This record gives sequence, C-alpha cells and structure tokens, in this order.
Amino acid sequence: MKPIQQMEPLSPTAFERLRNNNIIQAWLVLILTLFFGSSLAGVQMTLGPKIEENKLNETLEKIPELILGAEGAQKLAESGGKLDVTPLSFVVDKPGKKAVYNVYEALDKDKKRLGWVVKTGGQGYADRIELLLGVDPEVKTVSGIFVLEQKETPGLGNKIVTDEWRGQFKGKNTEKSLGVVKGGKAGAGDINAITGATISSRSVTDIVNTAVADLKGPLTAKAEGGK
Amino acid sequence: MADQPTAAERFIQGILPENPVFRQILGLCPTLAVTNGLKAAITMSAAVMFVLFCANVMISLIRNLLKPHLRIVIFTLTIATFVTIADRFLAAYVYQMSKVLGPYIPLIIVNCIIICRCEVCASKQGVVAAGADAIGQSLGFCLALSSIAIVREILGTGKIFDIRVLPAVWPDWVIMVLPPGAFLTFGLLLGLVNWYSARSQQTAGGK
Repeated sequence: MKPIQQMEPLSPTAFERLRNNNIIQAWLVLILTLFFGSSLAGVQMTLGPKIEENKLNETLEKIPELILGAEGAQKLAESGGKLDVTPLSFVVDKPGKKAVYNVYEALDKDKKRLGWVVKTGGQGYADRIELLLGVDPEVKTVSGIFVLEQKETPGLGNKIVTDEWRGQFKGKNTEKSLGVVKGGKAGAGDINAITGATISSRSVTDIVNTAVADLKGPLTAKAEGGK
Repeated sequence: MADQPTAAERFIQGILPENPVFRQILGLCPTLAVTNGLKAAITMSAAVMFVLFCANVMISLIRNLLKPHLRIVIFTLTIATFVTIADRFLAAYVYQMSKVLGPYIPLIIVNCIIICRCEVCASKQGVVAAGADAIGQSLGFCLALSSIAIVREILGTGKIFDIRVLPAVWPDWVIMVLPPGAFLTFGLLLGLVNWYSARSQQTAGGK
C-alpha cells in the first residue's frame, strides 16, 4: 500500500516543476524576441542601403572642405568649380589582420592631385567613432578632420564634432604621432583634450594617428607612381 | 476593470490634466536635451508618438498573456524594437535631423513615459483605450517640448524655424540654447502651469 500512496503526489510535482521551469515560463519572451528580431532584420535590409547612401553623400559633400579648408571650399563653390573625386580602396597588412581603408582621391580640374580623404574609425568612449581625415598629397600634413558618426557623452565627449576642436588637426605635421595634452597647453605636435572628455579626445587622435601610419606608405607610393 | 478611465478620458487626460512633462515630471532627459530648437523638439515628439503608440497597442494585445514577474522584460523588448525602427527610419529619410538628435533617439528606450503608459494603461485596458492613451500622452509631450523649445529658440537665437521674429537688435541670449537655458525655461514654465492650475482651482472653489 505504501509505495502506491507515495507515487500519487509525484506526478503533480513533475508537472509543477515543468510549469516553474524558467524556459517554459519565458515562452512569450522567446517568441517575441524571435518575432521582433526578424522584423528588425527586415527593417535593416530595407533601410540599410538608403542610410549608407546618405552617409556616402555626406562624405562626398565634405571632401572639398577637408582638402581646401572651409574658405577654400566656399571659394570653389562660388566659382562653380568641382573637385574630381575618385573612390579607392587600400588594403594594409597589419600583424594578425588586414585593414581595409576607403580613400577618396581629390584632383582639381587640371588633374593635379590636391589631397586624399580617408574614411576611418575606431572605438570611442561610448561607441564607434567614424571619421573623415583629409591629408595633403604627400601625407605630410593633416588638412582637416570631420566626424561622421559618434555617440559620445552629450555635453562632454560630443564636443569632438565642434569646428573649434576638430580645427586643431588642421595643418598638423604627420612626421610624429600626435599627442593629447590636458589643460590647454598643447604644443605644435599635440591636441588639446576636451575638459572632461580626455578619452574621447584621445580616441579621435589615436584613430587619426593609426590611419596616417597605415596609409603613409601606400598613398605616397601611389602619389609618386602617378607622376 | 470597471473603474478604469474610458478611451476618451485617457486621451484628454494625457494632454493637460496628466501632462507627462508638466504634471508627471517624466521624460525629462529629452525635454531638457533636445528643446533648443523647435524642429528637433517636434521630430523627437513624433518619434516618441510612434514608439508609444506601437508599444501601447502591442502590449494591450498581449496583456492577457503577460506574467507579472516577466512583464517589464516584455515592455522593454517591445519598446526597444520600435525605437530601433524609428531610429533607422529617421537615419534613412531625415538624415540631418537624426544627426542633430544623435543619441537621444536610441535613448527613447529608457524614456519613462513609455514604460509608465505600458504599465498603467496598456497592460490593463483594451486596444482602443491604449491607443487613445498613447496619442493623448504624446500630444501632451509634444505640447510641453514645443512650448519649451519656442521660448528657448526665440530668446536664444531670435528666430523660429529659421525665420527672424525678434528685431535684429535683440542680443541673442545664447545661454537659452545652452543646457542651463533648458533648466531655466522648464522651471519657469512648470511654475507657471502650477500657478495657473492653483488659481483656477481657487476660483472654482469660490463659486
């Protein structure tokens, strides 16, 4: 008699256990995750190309300013001139991986090379920072930078987009890597850090340094080959 | 369920009597951050309206399947999905605006107005009431954001929608478009709303 009596409460316990199983309880969460995930994939597939196109247009619009400076770009626009921009792709071998750079070659109307604009990026404080970096034909000086995308802290790190801060890069010599200095005492080869956003400032400077170091060789070679 | 407000009541309450910003003091992050221009404020309100409406309707449809201890997870999941859609959509069609708003569009995910409406209304009432509630609350949000943005943009730049409204001699109060201006304007408008409602209550009591 005893074993049978013990058997009876067992089956509801098993059922209860199943009911209280974490995975079973979360069935709605799991189904919704699948459903939402696939709809987001659909949205990304429909809108992704359009967003990329917007970014590309912005890049192309910024190239005159990065090569010629704000005044030069305005003069060019007023005279109705246009730069001849050719997109190129460079693959740089780095230890352990290959880095691919999109580079835009800017020629004036007489086919004289005015400079290069490099699309580059790297980790910032909050998320990836995407930059455009303008350099002269021999990659000796930086002619300007522009921030395409960033999600740095509002009010602190997002000051990297201001003309005042990014203007510091203009005319910097690329012989040595640029340093970041706190307290506004930057020398010729340094960049002043934004108060309260040293990491964001350093990230941008590092991205610039890396791109210059990687591309100095290939771009100079290409410039000499072109002559 | 009988004592829950009807759809029409929910709609009206959201606009002024229970205005999310001036009455519930919710969603202050975008209220303070994106109100330096009217255009940004309206875009933000439109994004919030889309997210709130979709999230409220969705939660209302599945409200009988919700388990009490898992509901917040589902709210967040639903809100995050619609916010991502809104963010991608803005980046595709109003690219410049989406750059101005920057991180504040993804930050709608943690906007407490939306999770509050899901909890208070959508998880308890039907689709019609939840939808009306969402529209009422977002109109209230839009009203609050625009009123702050109008004051800040006019005093700070002398312009509204790039049209000059104040004479050119106006010394632009730059502080109004900077963060402190948001606190000043919000505080003064909040005081004004409270003073006005206290006064109208007094007159109603006197009669």
